[in-house]
Amino acid sequence: MKKKIILSLFFIIFFTNFNPAYSISPDVFIQSTVNRASQVLSENISKEEKIKKLKLIAMETVDIKGVGFYSLGPARKGLNNDQKITYSNLFENYFLKSFSSRLAEYTNPEIEVKNKQILNDNYTIVNSILIATDDRPEVRIDWRVYTKNSDNPLIRDLIIEGLSLARTQKEEFASILNSNDGNIDALFKILEEFSNN
Amino acid sequence: MNRFLKFIFLFIFLTSNALAGSDGDLQLSNKSKSTKDCFEPLNRATFAFNQTLDKAILKPVAKGYRSLPAPIKKGTGNVLNNLSTLITIPNNLLQGDFKLAGINTGRLVVNTTLGILGIFDPASEMGFPVYVKEDYGQTLGTWGVGPGCYLVLPVLGPSTTRDTAGMFINVMGGDPYYNISVNGNNEYLDSQLFAVTKILSGVEFRSNNIESLNNLETNSVDFYASVKSLYTQDRANKIKNIQRGSIEVIYKEDDDWEEIDTK
Repeated sequence: MKKKIILSLFFIIFFTNFNPAYSISPDVFIQSTVNRASQVLSENISKEEKIKKLKLIAMETVDIKGVGFYSLGPARKGLNNDQKITYSNLFENYFLKSFSSRLAEYTNPEIEVKNKQILNDNYTIVNSILIATDDRPEVRIDWRVYTKNSDNPLIRDLIIEGLSLARTQKEEFASILNSNDGNIDALFKILEEFSNN
Repeated sequence: MNRFLKFIFLFIFLTSNALAGSDGDLQLSNKSKSTKDCFEPLNRATFAFNQTLDKAILKPVAKGYRSLPAPIKKGTGNVLNNLSTLITIPNNLLQGDFKLAGINTGRLVVNTTLGILGIFDPASEMGFPVYVKEDYGQTLGTWGVGPGCYLVLPVLGPSTTRDTAGMFINVMGGDPYYNISVNGNNEYLDSQLFAVTKILSGVEFRSNNIESLNNLETNSVDFYASVKSLYTQDRANKIKNIQRGSIEVIYKEDDDWEEIDTK
């Protein structure tokens, strides 16, 4: 009887507190992400296969939609719903190709997470270093992690030696729009061409 | 006369620079300034010219430099760093950083003597702090001079009107190495040696960035704009003397992210 009561209590407590999602610390999230990427890069597979696997990791861990709209800058305000959908799709293809190609150049990079700084409920900066090799010095990489949903943190920016990739992307797109009198279709065309090449 | 012309040029540069960076309503302040691309068509043409030059000469030379034995590259880098302290020290002083000026003077003395003209870096082994270069462009920035217009200089690459003015200060007496080698009367140093050290600095920089620039070029939809963005971000970081990658640089100035959250 006593056993039954304990068992019942256990199930009641377990199921009332059960939550299938679990919170993950941003630094653990980054270390686990870079470990996954490092593993892919050190595998003895073709570059194309590496790119394919890296794309999957990026799709799970990067807020591609958020980065895309950030990169668009003030121009995002002028988009209608159809244009937003078109842009999101084009940006995702562009980002995945660009990001994975950049990463695929490295072989077995060792990244060590050093620290984290919580900025607010939405953002944590995770500080890490890319360990030096004979060919290159140590590189400092900081990650802007979007933590609004603590169960599913997402990367929004990489800051390499103080240089923000998202900001660079934003200024690149702004330059294209500026050169084309703000015509969003010109940007769409360039993104499409990049992804198809 | 030559010196007078340089001074006039510098004066015009600085005054036009302050205006260009501020829409005419505020010339000198501590507010962060955006870098306008006032001469974009000309800049893009110069950028294309520089890229051709890079592919034909600088990149192959940088690749050759990279294949040199590591001790030679290390020694060359050390000598160039040691020479750069001659510009860093007066800029430490002009920025009011007297302690750092003292430390860098100590570093210069130790490395020039014990380090045999800077070939070795015993100062670092003795526990001197990590060396951070300063230049006159950075000093002007800390004094509140905005970046002004973005410029792409032939051969020299990305700059701004403020940073170009800073370079002119070097040749107007701000760089002791230039003064001694080009204007000085001695048998050991001359303008050719000065030119060689400057070229070596460029080759060393290019050699350290072969892959990253290749990668950037391949994966950019507008390589010119990417280089401009990276240059202006890097200069802003250096002027603020904020440790690279710190939160202050990447967060405070980027409230655009917050707007995304509301979408």
